[in-house]
Amino acid sequence: MTSVSDPISEIEESAMRELGRVSDSSQLEAWRHGYLGRKGKLTRVLRGLADLPLEERRSLGAEANRIKLRLQAAYQEQRARLEQDRVAKVTEGERLDVTLPGPPLPRGSLHPITQTLRDVLEAFENMGFQVVEGPEIEWDYYNFEALRIPADHPARDMWDTLWIDHEGDGRRSMLLRTHTSPNQIRIMEHTQPPIRVVVPGKCYRFEATDPTHEWMMTQVEGLAIDDGISMADLKGTLTEFARRIFGEERSVAFRCDYFPFVEPGMELRIDCFICRGEGCRTCGRTGWIEILGAGMVHPEIIANAGYDPDRYTGFAFGLGIERIALLRHGVDDIRHFYANDLRFLQQF
Amino acid sequence: MLIPLRWLADYVDITLPTEELARRLTTAGVEVGKIISSAGEWDGVTVAEVVDIKPHPNADRLVLVTALLATGETQTVVCGAPNVALGQKVAFAPEGTRLIDGHSGEATVLKRAKIRGVESAGMVLSEKELGISDSHEGILVLPEDAPVGEPLASVIGETIFDLDLTPNRPDLLSVLGVAREVGALTGRKVRDPSIVYEATGEPIKGRARVEVVDRDLCPRYVAALVEDVKIAESPAWMQQRLVAAGMRPINNVVDITNYVMLEMGQPLHAFDYNRLKGQRIVVRRARPGERLRLLDGTDRELSPEMLLIADADDAVAVAGVMGGAESEVTEETRAVLLESANFSATSIRRTRQALKVETDASRRFEKRLSVHLPPIAAQRAVKLMIEICGERAAQGLIDVTAGKPKDVRITLTQERLARVLGVELSSGEVRRVLEGLGFGCRWVPPDRFIVRVPYWRTDVAIADDVVEEVARVLGYDELPTTHLRGEIPPVQRQPMRELRERVRQALAASGLREVITYSLTDLPTLQKVLPPEELATTPPLRVANPMSREFEYARTTLRGSILQTLTKHIRASGGRLVATFEAGRVYLRNGNDLPHEVETVCAALSGRKPDRWGQPTGEPAGFFEAKAHLEHVLADLRVAAEYREVVEHPFLSGRTAEVTIAGRRVGLVGELHPRVAASFEVKQDIAIFELDLEALLPHVPVTIHYEPVSPYPSVKEDLAIIVDEEVPAGRAMSVIESSNLVRSVSIFDVYTGLPVPKGRKSLAFSISFQSGDRTLTDEDVAEERKRIVERLGRELGATLRALNKLRRP
Repeated sequence: MTSVSDPISEIEESAMRELGRVSDSSQLEAWRHGYLGRKGKLTRVLRGLADLPLEERRSLGAEANRIKLRLQAAYQEQRARLEQDRVAKVTEGERLDVTLPGPPLPRGSLHPITQTLRDVLEAFENMGFQVVEGPEIEWDYYNFEALRIPADHPARDMWDTLWIDHEGDGRRSMLLRTHTSPNQIRIMEHTQPPIRVVVPGKCYRFEATDPTHEWMMTQVEGLAIDDGISMADLKGTLTEFARRIFGEERSVAFRCDYFPFVEPGMELRIDCFICRGEGCRTCGRTGWIEILGAGMVHPEIIANAGYDPDRYTGFAFGLGIERIALLRHGVDDIRHFYANDLRFLQQF
Repeated sequence: MLIPLRWLADYVDITLPTEELARRLTTAGVEVGKIISSAGEWDGVTVAEVVDIKPHPNADRLVLVTALLATGETQTVVCGAPNVALGQKVAFAPEGTRLIDGHSGEATVLKRAKIRGVESAGMVLSEKELGISDSHEGILVLPEDAPVGEPLASVIGETIFDLDLTPNRPDLLSVLGVAREVGALTGRKVRDPSIVYEATGEPIKGRARVEVVDRDLCPRYVAALVEDVKIAESPAWMQQRLVAAGMRPINNVVDITNYVMLEMGQPLHAFDYNRLKGQRIVVRRARPGERLRLLDGTDRELSPEMLLIADADDAVAVAGVMGGAESEVTEETRAVLLESANFSATSIRRTRQALKVETDASRRFEKRLSVHLPPIAAQRAVKLMIEICGERAAQGLIDVTAGKPKDVRITLTQERLARVLGVELSSGEVRRVLEGLGFGCRWVPPDRFIVRVPYWRTDVAIADDVVEEVARVLGYDELPTTHLRGEIPPVQRQPMRELRERVRQALAASGLREVITYSLTDLPTLQKVLPPEELATTPPLRVANPMSREFEYARTTLRGSILQTLTKHIRASGGRLVATFEAGRVYLRNGNDLPHEVETVCAALSGRKPDRWGQPTGEPAGFFEAKAHLEHVLADLRVAAEYREVVEHPFLSGRTAEVTIAGRRVGLVGELHPRVAASFEVKQDIAIFELDLEALLPHVPVTIHYEPVSPYPSVKEDLAIIVDEEVPAGRAMSVIESSNLVRSVSIFDVYTGLPVPKGRKSLAFSISFQSGDRTLTDEDVAEERKRIVERLGRELGATLRALNKLRRP
């Protein structure tokens, strides 16, 4: 028991001395308890002040408060030092080789065609286009006839077709769609303008494969019909698309091309990735690489849909996702995509 | 189509550099696929004149040729060509010239050499050595007026445009047609070839008769007669042009028909007038069983859909496709009946497809040629025949036609032009462009043009076609570019697509690698992976013209292709775990209608699980690893599924479950039967799961509904029960889950062996009790637990094994 009469400086001295010997946090807490706790030595001195005459109370009180603050500060300091020591000790003993790998987590991935397709669709969705889909096995009617490619039309040679063995009623021919364009007709059959859609999907051609040809491919069809849509809008939409996918700095160019279901028809080209427009082997010395075919929806098709062809105009386009993926990733052979070699897929 | 530029220059001034001209044509829709240039290959080769020929002292077949290279400069070289003659202009290569070796066909550099003891430093060249053709029989003989000392390239060097044409423009299958484009694009006048000649013979009328029986297939038939024909080689300039355009010279008459076809686009046919029985041409459909030996030497049976050219008795040609051997022009031919006709494009296309012969003629006819063209081309050919062979042309032409063909007139308003292009063009500009292309264009104030389509443009029929003409000549790049305005249409949800994309995302996130495989497969593969009864009830659609047996059927399952891919991945992985999935459609036969295309997901995995270092030292992945991925994706979709053991090909029984929701199957998960795995040449275990997204879709919540988080504490307890071994743990789980106070339950141990009686097993569950409206007391929990244990006992014959109350968290 220390009485109030204990020289308070003695308390200070012993407290500081003991604190110097504290070596862990439990000792530290015991120390705090012994001096600064509810029943601690200093606390009791402070509590006993009330019984002292005013003069004494004033001088001793000031002194006791000073000591209290000092001890509290010393305590905080000591606690910080102990914590630092402890962490230092732990990490010293259990140092990690940070260059070792973490335990393996399986990394899944989306196929590069899925990835490119998503980016392409997103670019168009951001321009107000909606994504819809259609059947891969189609009637000749949708794939050709309704697109102004009747049987025996020489343009049929542009799409070598895989036909389905189909008895049916003998009048309708079934095929693996050669492009996503049949969806133009399907959408117009049940929609009124304004129309603004993109249709992704697989297409098929009777075609021998080589580094730039594959018999199965993924296309995206676009269709926009409204009062007042012009070729200038088509050019704007496709330019915007090309910039979003290939970067702001790319230049695009348009040239006249022919598809029976559009008039005027066009092809979009982008400056060659290799030579940047100078002309090289990759681009056939032209400086340009073909990206997609497009055009203004043929007025006959507009009229067949029951829309007023004098009022409604529209555009359509079709692009091959494999080609875009080839260009984006610098893949040298289109056949890699569906060969599904693990070492190829792992890179995406 | 090959367009030699020297030839092109006959009809239009070429004012642009070659590359720029190619670019302009391409931009306007006439794609120059390749620019072929022979000139660059002939550095150093010049024109020389043979001024002396002496025998070689040591070889009978060789001679010593002295060539005049320039004034006063000669060189003597050894030559073995049989056709070398004094005074000839030849192509001479000094030593060091890069050439094609005449024997090996490989590129080489000409060196000084001693040939049979005579020094020779240079060479007189053959066509093969110049890379012009494969001819190496003799040297190339140049036109007599070729100037000595000139680079060869400037005399016969050719730059050729190889055009990739679109099927709507048969007019461009001619040099003249391309010249018209060049003229329009560069503002130059086109010079039409002359068709004026003096007919000095008797009138054709009465000496030949043309009867068109099937007028629907032959809108026009023009015939001309040329007599006193001397069949010989055509002149060198014509042969060179034909060769440059990719055709083989035959004789002067045939060459002229080909030349005019290349020049004007109208195919012509020359019959030997004297071999046509009755000097009659009958244009009719073939009779059943009728046969004809064609120019290519094949003997063909014809069918009644095919249009023939016959004489008084027999077929002499398949109209517009190929001539017959009997009436062919030969060395004995003395008079030629020239055919210049227009045939139905559809008929020609069907015929050439049926006969499987594509010719330069059929390629043009099937794209619909102008009915105006036959008399023009006939006159051009007759003119050339008179000039080249000095013959006599009969007066007049036979022209069998339904009547004078009419010009096509189109009204184009300024409003339409602006509506389609998005820009207003001045009437002067529109007129300038159209007239440059040969259109007639009359401005009718206040707002429209009356446009007359030139006869050769069979592709222009409506106002928008004319709009394209204007736009392509001005250049699409020169027209304005704007952004879409106007209303954005209302959104139509695509739930199936959205679900498929979510599943894709979740599976990739769970560590599976996406693959995309071909939609066509073969029957053996389908048989390997489908139950026979399923294949019998839903036989796959067959491709009528498959590219190979491997891709003959539309797949009705993704299993086959995912296993084929997995097999490849296993080989590449060195035992490591490989895990792939595909999201795609299967095609289920649907009576006579289009097949039902079902969105399906199939995943497969195989290999040993990795240890801490990623080494494949762990257990082989199997049923539960597959199920883990499946559960991951279903949890992601907020779908609760049930699993029930099934026995089904091609899975291993006892390790296969069907996945059901509300009693309906939405998928399968299981290990592949080792026999089936072996059929894919895999020895290790393979686990598969499959989801039918169409069956799954109705069970996937469209939105997530928030459930309030209970503010009251939960109580955790572990509960172990003993049940018969056959009782599925899932049933015990559902009993426990059905309690209102159970917030969650998970299983953490399955145990058989002592002290659990034989034939029974212990299942241990960790249960969390919680109420949404109060703090549960120990009594509440004890009571609820008691009810659960009773129900487990009643429904599953379970007895309580142990209970472990856990501290409240």
